[in-house]
Amino acid sequence: MTGDHQTLALVLFSAFVAVTLGITTWVSRHRQGSAEEFYAGGRLFSPLENGFAIAGDYMSAASFLGISGLIALYGYDGMLYSVGFLVAWLVVLLLVAELVRNCGRFTLADVVAARMAERPVRIAAGTSSVAVSVLYLVAQMVGAGSLVALLLGGSSEAARSWTVVGVGALMVIYVSLGGMRATTWIQIVKAVLLMAGTIALTVLVLLRFHGDVNSLLSTAAERSGHGMDFLAPGLRYGGDWTARLDFISLGLALVLGTAGLPHILSRFYTVPTARAARRSVVWSIGLIGSFYLMTIVLGFGAAALIGPGEVRASNASGNTAVPLLALDLGGGAGSTGGTVLFAIVAAVAFATILAVVAGITLASSASVAHDLYSSLRRRHAKQYSEVTVARVAAAGIGAAAIGLGLLARDLNVAFLVGLAFAVAASANLPVLLYSLFWRKFTTRGAVWSVYGGLIPAVLLVLVSPVVSGGPESLFPGVDFHLFPLQNPGVVSIPLGFLAGWIGTVTSPEPPDEARHAETEVRALTGAGAA
Amino acid sequence: MEQVDEQEGRDASAMAVDDPWYDATASGRGEEAGGAPGGGRPDAVPRQRVHSTAEIYLEVQRSPAFQEVRGRYRRFVFPATLAFLLWYLAYVVAATAAPGLMARPVAGAVNVAMVAGLGQFLTTFLLTWAYARHARLRRDRAALELRWDTQEMTRGVVQP
Repeated sequence: MTGDHQTLALVLFSAFVAVTLGITTWVSRHRQGSAEEFYAGGRLFSPLENGFAIAGDYMSAASFLGISGLIALYGYDGMLYSVGFLVAWLVVLLLVAELVRNCGRFTLADVVAARMAERPVRIAAGTSSVAVSVLYLVAQMVGAGSLVALLLGGSSEAARSWTVVGVGALMVIYVSLGGMRATTWIQIVKAVLLMAGTIALTVLVLLRFHGDVNSLLSTAAERSGHGMDFLAPGLRYGGDWTARLDFISLGLALVLGTAGLPHILSRFYTVPTARAARRSVVWSIGLIGSFYLMTIVLGFGAAALIGPGEVRASNASGNTAVPLLALDLGGGAGSTGGTVLFAIVAAVAFATILAVVAGITLASSASVAHDLYSSLRRRHAKQYSEVTVARVAAAGIGAAAIGLGLLARDLNVAFLVGLAFAVAASANLPVLLYSLFWRKFTTRGAVWSVYGGLIPAVLLVLVSPVVSGGPESLFPGVDFHLFPLQNPGVVSIPLGFLAGWIGTVTSPEPPDEARHAETEVRALTGAGAA
Repeated sequence: MEQVDEQEGRDASAMAVDDPWYDATASGRGEEAGGAPGGGRPDAVPRQRVHSTAEIYLEVQRSPAFQEVRGRYRRFVFPATLAFLLWYLAYVVAATAAPGLMARPVAGAVNVAMVAGLGQFLTTFLLTWAYARHARLRRDRAALELRWDTQEMTRGVVQP
């Protein structure tokens, strides 16, 4: 990567940072400081705006660069990710979005606490929400560090560390000063940039092949060196049965995890009604679906035009496939077109990371302030307003994420994302679905289902080959791995559901019929919704 | 409609003193729903005189109008969720366990796996469209009416 790329990319980065800081200042001028304003942006976003913001919240740099890179390296197996990430939205649309909008105010715990003993349920759901958010945040920070260093050519440790620190500082500023309103607009801007960049590259790839998808696929297969096997599953996840089961586990976590991600759930509170929440999910499914369809074209395009060998030489996990493709589509290294396209892709990837981390930071600060602080605070201690606590929590979470991001910088990003999804699917989804749909669900069931999913998921990862016992482990020197899979989903998700069921049937207290009636009526009609 | 059991009747008369507006609405609508169960507005919640929000929500939950909304919702989403989850699981399991089948060519460079993958995208878009349409045409209006009715009933009720 030459100096020109870096200069132009840096200019675009700075422009995006300037615009987002401008949005944050603009928004905070009109700030009222209420919880409604801070967590939910006043609840008056339109479905179109929220649809773009959801898409901006969800499509991370891991999707943009990671999935296309996986397709460029392994062909069809990279596509399996995109399918899981998209189908997951049906769970959100059909079972979660509208009902959560109607029952809750700011967080996941609101929905559960509506019909249970408030304190234990809030502590449990708040803890698991923070755990999921921090895992996801660390994944994004690690990704940001290596990505920016990669794109700017400086692969030195110092450049990576400073990127992580810079991203962390920016997200704390966005969230604690601008709250949900600034975060939403940043996500909208990012979604527009990402879609525009992806559409432009896709059109250029298709033009190169004169619109002939068949010739695109055949060229990719030829150039890959695997022949037609490149277009069929098995190159990456073929292997032994452990690898295959691991993939099924990941697939399960992807499809069930999205509906348990706190930063996705909190987006539904920014629109006025359940109907608007539904329409925003419809918008976001359209955006996310077409985005993933285009990443497939970009991935195979990179395989056909650059070739997996060259992609792998630039970055072993394929993250540079799209930037390299942009360089080639613009006219090759050294040309003006190539320089401009490359810098645009780099800037879009950077914008993507900033928007995603801001969304997660906001959701986790809401969990800390609204769920944990309000439940754990000593009765006679000095009272701070919840929004003040949330702003401080955002700074604390930012600091924690910077620290963990620096510690974990050599971990594989895709694995961290898969793990966050697995914890969300095991700890958050069961309690959410039981609360919304099961008449007999009790407080004990709710608490057990959260911890019964959270603890196994985390423990199984600690004794998995990710942490010890393999050459790519966190601690390659020691071996205490007992569990063969990298992703715990296939075991921990059923355990979460099972624990909720056992907790409920062994519960000494009967379920609260009246509060169940209230939850159900409110969920389906919107009566009394915030 | 006035012949509710003694307990509720007593509570309601207490209510009437506290909140005449509430009482007027409740008895007016109550006659409509109670007097002509088949011919009146079919969606109305049959009003009984209740005194706490908890009782109101239980009342609404038991009403045929609410049962109908819930039934329509569940009859759509439960089978649909089961169907798309099974279709997705079948896809993932086939991709990991039967790569030979997935590699079978269909047309040109396109094989079964590619068709199945794009099929997942297509079914997701179709189901999204079908659900949004079902909710808009079959559920939204009835749910909104229930929402106003319920809020009207709970207005003025002193929170316990």
